[in-house]
Amino acid sequence: MTGFVVLAVTLAAGALAGFLLKRRAGAFRAKDGARMDLGEPLGERATLVQFSTAFCQPCRATRRVLAEVAEMVPGVRHVEIDAESRLDLVRAHDVMRTPTVFVLDKSGKIVKKASGQPRKADVIAALALAVDTPSQ
Amino acid sequence: MQVDPRGPRFGAAVTTLVLAIVLVTGAVWLLALQAIVFAFGAYGHPPYGLVFKKFLKPRLGPPKELEDARPPRFAQGVGMAFAIVALIGFATGIVPLALGATAAALLAAFLNAAFGVCLGCDMYLLIRRLQPGRIS
Repeated sequence: MTGFVVLAVTLAAGALAGFLLKRRAGAFRAKDGARMDLGEPLGERATLVQFSTAFCQPCRATRRVLAEVAEMVPGVRHVEIDAESRLDLVRAHDVMRTPTVFVLDKSGKIVKKASGQPRKADVIAALALAVDTPSQ
Repeated sequence: MQVDPRGPRFGAAVTTLVLAIVLVTGAVWLLALQAIVFAFGAYGHPPYGLVFKKFLKPRLGPPKELEDARPPRFAQGVGMAFAIVALIGFATGIVPLALGATAAALLAAFLNAAFGVCLGCDMYLLIRRLQPGRIS
C-alpha cells in the first residue's frame, strides 16, 4: 500500500517537474550585468557563451544553434566552455545545468542567461538586446 | 561513440515500468535485476537497448539523428547507485531508504521516458561543482 502511494506521488511529482523543466528550459532571463572574465577574446558586438559538459545531451544541438547565429550576425562570437575546466566561472555565475548560455555585450557584461537548450529565435532576440545595450 | 537516442528513451520507459512494479509489490529480486541492468548500461551494454535494437528499430526505421553515448551511460551509473542504496534499504529493513531510493531512480527514469530530460546527466555538473576546482 505504502509502495503504491510512493509510486503515485513520484509520478505526479515527475509530471509536474517535467512540465516545469520543459517550459523553463532555454528561456532567457535578464541579468544585472556582472562581468564574466572569460580569458578569451570577446565578440566585437556581443558574445554567446555556452557552458557544456561531456555528459550533456542537449549541448550538441545548442552548439549548432549558437554557431549558426554567430555566423549569421556579424560581430558576434560563440565561445563554448567545458564547465569542468572552469569551475570558477561555474560557481561565480551559478551554472547549475548544462547547457547554460550567457549573452554578453561587447564589454563582457552579462545581459541574459538561459539554462537548457534555447531556441534560435530566443537567442536572436536576446542578442538584439545585448547589441543595443550601451556599455561604458 | 554515437547511439540512436530512441534506444535510451525506450530503456527509460521499461525501467520506469520495472521500478513501478518494484514499488508496488516490493519485489526485491526485480530490483536486483534492474540494478544489474543499470550496471550493464553503465559499462556500455544496455540490455533494454539490445531489445530496442533487435525488435523495435527494424520497424521504426533509421533515427533522425544520433547522439553521444556518454550521457545516457553516465545516467545508468547514477541509476545503479540509487538501485544499490535501495537494495541496502530492503536488506537492512530500513523501508524509507528502500522506497526513497527506488522512487528517486523511478523519477529520473520517468522524466527521461516522458520528457526526454536526463536527470542523471544533470547530476554530473552538480557533483563536480562540489569538488575542488581545477582551473585551466
